[in-house]
Amino acid sequence: MSVQSNVEVHSEWGIVSARQAGRNLAKELGFAGVDQARITTAISELARNIYLYAEKGEIVLEGIEGKEAGGVKRGLKIVAKDQGPGIKSIREVMEDGYTTSGGLGAGLPGVKRLMDEFDIDSITGEGTEITTIKWLR
Amino acid sequence: MRIPILKLKRYLLISVQVDLDDQTALQFQEDLLNKIHQEGSAGVVIDLTSVDMIDSFIAKVLGDVVEMSNLMGAKVVLTGIQPGVAITLIDMGIMLEEVPTALDLEQGLDKLQQELEA
Repeated sequence: MSVQSNVEVHSEWGIVSARQAGRNLAKELGFAGVDQARITTAISELARNIYLYAEKGEIVLEGIEGKEAGGVKRGLKIVAKDQGPGIKSIREVMEDGYTTSGGLGAGLPGVKRLMDEFDIDSITGEGTEITTIKWLR
Repeated sequence: MRIPILKLKRYLLISVQVDLDDQTALQFQEDLLNKIHQEGSAGVVIDLTSVDMIDSFIAKVLGDVVEMSNLMGAKVVLTGIQPGVAITLIDMGIMLEEVPTALDLEQGLDKLQQELEA
């Protein structure tokens, strides 16, 4: 499977483009309405974080396959990467209600709950890469 | 992009039909408060039937605009929140507490009437 799209995020419009690309890909892969909403919302949160904290970066969306008992499962992978300041304390950003921007502090812990797999890789001063997957049920 | 705000007697009606970007959401917040002031509106219904995604930022803007309108003396009811949006908001841990909601525009107007008469 080679469905992949990259969306540059360096303005508020990038946030909108990223979530539209995500919705289209989620539809194409056969995700139901509620999961489309989850995926689109997760992308929106990740893209906003890039715009707010790193100013620019990219969202890579990809249809993927994974192994499971009795066959192959399909899913959608979101990778959000930037060369921003990085995250000082991953433990803190994963706490509900923690915010440095005056927002609701629901962003990253929210994304983790919306998706099935979630991984943060961040180096202070170098950047952040967040990878998250939703499997097709 | 601007979201149109319609006046119906003492009420203002808004149907959000666009994919909300941050700027449009903030502009709407300001436009609505100005319109309430200008028209002396008693109540507002914001219909979200066509909105297929509300993330934490949009949720904050909506929650804030309800509180700001309350401060000015106008009641706001949100209507037509889609199943996927409701599920996503709760998954995210976002509770729009103390925000009056109704299934659709008609029930939203009924709710406003009740609240204003109470």
